Amino acid sequence: MKVHVDEERCEGHGRCYALAPTVFEPDEVGDGMAVGDGTVAPGDEDRARLAAANCPEQAITIDEDA
Amino acid sequence: MSTTDDHPTVRDWAADFDHTDDAYAADPFPIWDEIRASACPVAHTDRYGGAWLPTTHADVSEIAYDTEHFTSRSILMSEFRPPAEIAPAGIAPPISSDPPFHRQARRLLLPAFAPQAIDKLEASTRDYCTELIAAMGDRDVVDAAREYAQHIPVRVIARMLGFPEDDADRFRGFVHHVLEGVALPLEEREEGMLVLFEYLEAQVQDHVDNPRDDLTSYLLEAEMDGHTLEMDHVGGTMALLLLAGIDTTWSAIGASLFHLASTPADLERLAAEPELLPVAMEELLRAYAPVTMARLVRDDYDFHGCPMKADDWVLLPFPAANRDPLAFEDADEVIIDRAVNRHAAFGLGIHRCAGSHLARMEMRVALEVWLEHFPRFSLADPGAVQWSGGQVRGPRVLPIRVG
Repeated sequence: MKVHVDEERCEGHGRCYALAPTVFEPDEVGDGMAVGDGTVAPGDEDRARLAAANCPEQAITIDEDA
Repeated sequence: MSTTDDHPTVRDWAADFDHTDDAYAADPFPIWDEIRASACPVAHTDRYGGAWLPTTHADVSEIAYDTEHFTSRSILMSEFRPPAEIAPAGIAPPISSDPPFHRQARRLLLPAFAPQAIDKLEASTRDYCTELIAAMGDRDVVDAAREYAQHIPVRVIARMLGFPEDDADRFRGFVHHVLEGVALPLEEREEGMLVLFEYLEAQVQDHVDNPRDDLTSYLLEAEMDGHTLEMDHVGGTMALLLLAGIDTTWSAIGASLFHLASTPADLERLAAEPELLPVAMEELLRAYAPVTMARLVRDDYDFHGCPMKADDWVLLPFPAANRDPLAFEDADEVIIDRAVNRHAAFGLGIHRCAGSHLARMEMRVALEVWLEHFPRFSLADPGAVQWSGGQVRGPRVLPIRVG
């Protein structure tokens, strides 16, 4: 599984890194970024999905098959 | 706001709404529900020189995202419309700014409000909350709004800006005047703004003479396009930080305590499962979102059949969007462990509340400290609870039985 944050849509609400801190992290202005290349470690999949479902700007996409 | 000649009691919410009406302050939810379920989910009023009130999540978010047709030149609806020349910066950048100026003005502020920076304020915030509880002594009934919630954001923002903490009561006076005095006569409002800006000028001068490690000195040294900021920009941003962070966070903390005091099952659950607090907090933010923003219509514009005129106001009631049944399951129920919660309490789009990470930290710490000291509490007198009206809604009187 791989996650992607759309930089254009992200406004820095920070829900993703609060809910899934091993999958997302804040940049210096508080916008969300995928950790590393966005590959989700085994066991973190549900957290990643929950983070995506809570993004107020719907800026997160998940590739379930990556 | 009590009834005045300019603001008679509202009888028709679809065609003559007024957000300073007592009924709207006390219980806006059925008003929004009624408008949302009607043939036209956007209410109108001739008051304030013409204004619109969308109530669905779809309409509120569409307007929040549309910075082309809607300007942020003023975000507080009153009789006063700032002149068009004030754009794109507006009175209090970046909240009052439009693109492209907005992006840079906001960007220079954001690092100070990013989670990494806010973490450093947590310990002092916790100490302060603990002090406030200690100061209540062992009384059985305390006012959670006036003795607790209202003091926390004032103290934190004063520390961030490097203002004397003893001035806290004065800040609260400014805030009250600017945010809750929107129905006052224009001259009285202008006078209040003048006092605020004179105060800020004195603080700025003190920081020019004695630069130090705080947000005021940071703003004085910050650069946009290779130049330090205009003094109006610095003063406006400071006014924003002072005003935007206080009433709002005070309201969110107070509303959360109100909910827990009046909902024993949720209080018991949270006392038993403190780790649920971050999730519960998001639901309390959704259900009791304090902040409604405003925009001005740039040019005449037909919004889904609403003939909006240039310079009409549009309110953005994020709390109404958060109660839209099309956007949230069981929207009117507070579900303390709601897992999927895409609420808009901090706004949507480019003007997402810049202080949201600070607000969440203050709210979490304030609730943690309160719950540690008072695992059981209840409303002492439900009839005595008073809510503020206008664009920031929260309990202003909240007697709670803690003993």
